[in-house]
Amino acid sequence: MKKLINNPDEVVKEMISGLLYAFPSYLRKLDNVDVVVRKASPVEGKVGLVSGGGSGHEPAHAGYVGKGMLDAACLGAVFTSPTPDQVYEAIKAVDGGKGVLLIIKNYTGDVMNFEMAKEMAEMDGIKVSEVIVDDDVAVENSTYTQGRRGIAGTVFVHKIAGAKAEEGAELKEVKEVAEKVIKNLRSMGMAFTPCTVPAAGKPSFTLDEDEIEIGIGIHGEPGTHREKIKGAKEIVAELMDKIVADLPFNDGDEVALMVNGLGATPLSELFIANKEVNEYLLGKNINVYKTFVGEYMTSLEMSGFSISLLKLDDELKSLLDASADTPAFKQFK
Amino acid sequence: MILTTNDVLNIISNISEVIEANKQYLTDLDAAIGDADHGINLDRGFKAVKEKMPQFSDKDIGTILKNVGMVLVSTVGGASGPLYGTFFMRMGNAVSGKSTIDDNEIVAMFEAGLSGIKERGKAQAGDKTMIDAIEPALNELKKSLEDGLKFNEALNIAVNASYNGVEMTKKIAARRGRASYLGDRSIGHQDPGATSAYLMIKTAAEYMDKLQ
Repeated sequence: MKKLINNPDEVVKEMISGLLYAFPSYLRKLDNVDVVVRKASPVEGKVGLVSGGGSGHEPAHAGYVGKGMLDAACLGAVFTSPTPDQVYEAIKAVDGGKGVLLIIKNYTGDVMNFEMAKEMAEMDGIKVSEVIVDDDVAVENSTYTQGRRGIAGTVFVHKIAGAKAEEGAELKEVKEVAEKVIKNLRSMGMAFTPCTVPAAGKPSFTLDEDEIEIGIGIHGEPGTHREKIKGAKEIVAELMDKIVADLPFNDGDEVALMVNGLGATPLSELFIANKEVNEYLLGKNINVYKTFVGEYMTSLEMSGFSISLLKLDDELKSLLDASADTPAFKQFK
Repeated sequence: MILTTNDVLNIISNISEVIEANKQYLTDLDAAIGDADHGINLDRGFKAVKEKMPQFSDKDIGTILKNVGMVLVSTVGGASGPLYGTFFMRMGNAVSGKSTIDDNEIVAMFEAGLSGIKERGKAQAGDKTMIDAIEPALNELKKSLEDGLKFNEALNIAVNASYNGVEMTKKIAARRGRASYLGDRSIGHQDPGATSAYLMIKTAAEYMDKLQ
């Protein structure tokens, strides 16, 4: 393992410290827990938004803490969900009197830890609601699984629910719009190489030089299947066939598109993928309203990418366009 | 069989050592079907338990177990944090205020822990989880005691049932947890959660066996 670290056990602590040096005007850290909150939280009269997950997904989730998006991000150990006491402290710190919405990605550990925290905060009389993001179409929803995973499309939930909360909406309304995003959101990813969790010290799976892994999540876990490498056009088509068939997206739809790098894929290749996605969508007569290309939710140094499509209506478009100012996501009106 | 506060502390301390010794093994099992952190996370939790144990070692068995559960919940993370945390907290609840526990209370405690895990994880036997190591152990323990076996004989049978439960997880596809995303690709791999649960049961049973 070759990594720019001091000690595998200190990775999260030292990363947070560096993050605070980088964004002192946006973020502050709560005492004794790995939670970063908006500098000026709690914001009075605004529903608080709390999200989070394991570390290793930077800029998610702390990068989305700021005006128009999240109020707090809970940082777990690398690829490990935050613990209930962290989430509980985050909820208390951002409750501005209108309640708190938890945005949870559908991973077993995240759901259990956030729900335990919700129970704890509700005992204090804080209103808490939750939404569970499950945008990944790689995994079929069936009686045999707990539904799909939540991956990079979650950033759209942060953005749109964040804009709604910033308008002064009630908890119920913020939850409803977050659920509308989730209902209209589909994603899928693939990997060329695995990644190495610092504490584990070796890659989480192995791939031959000519193999790719399709349908991976964001935790270095293997995907749904493995195949021989092929060109960008074919890879994009394989992912898009599953994404587009799933909702379904129809002729004439408007979508927001995210082409998300997983940590080690250069922007040049993400743009090639974006070209292929756009040509694919042209062929289906689906109109891209707004495109995001870059690293939004990574998996350490994994090479690979994911595609997310969000079907838009007027409300979602206007909330997507609303201004946001966070370390990793800025939107100017 | 009578367990004292001191016995319970010794068992927890032994479990911490076993988890540390098997940290890499559990993590390797997890790498095959999960995200390669089960051993790392549990070891982090039990290290914290050992560190904080002096703060609650003079309390009753119920309080000790509840504290162990709380430390695990707040340090392990992932799914195993709330699951094992709930397991120990519920066990603690079942023996609240007691400084010694007998056969029946040990069984009742174990039963409360198992039902806590099932509720928190919304899972059942056959889903390829820690339940596959815990439930057969409890069932065999109860059955053997009803059949009139001595507690340590019953424990032996329970440990074997737990081992067989772990072996069985190799043959089935995961239906809960992160491994479920692999579907049939998880067949052939031993469940890391069932394995850690078996290691804990075996460690506790070995300690109790020596008391007899």
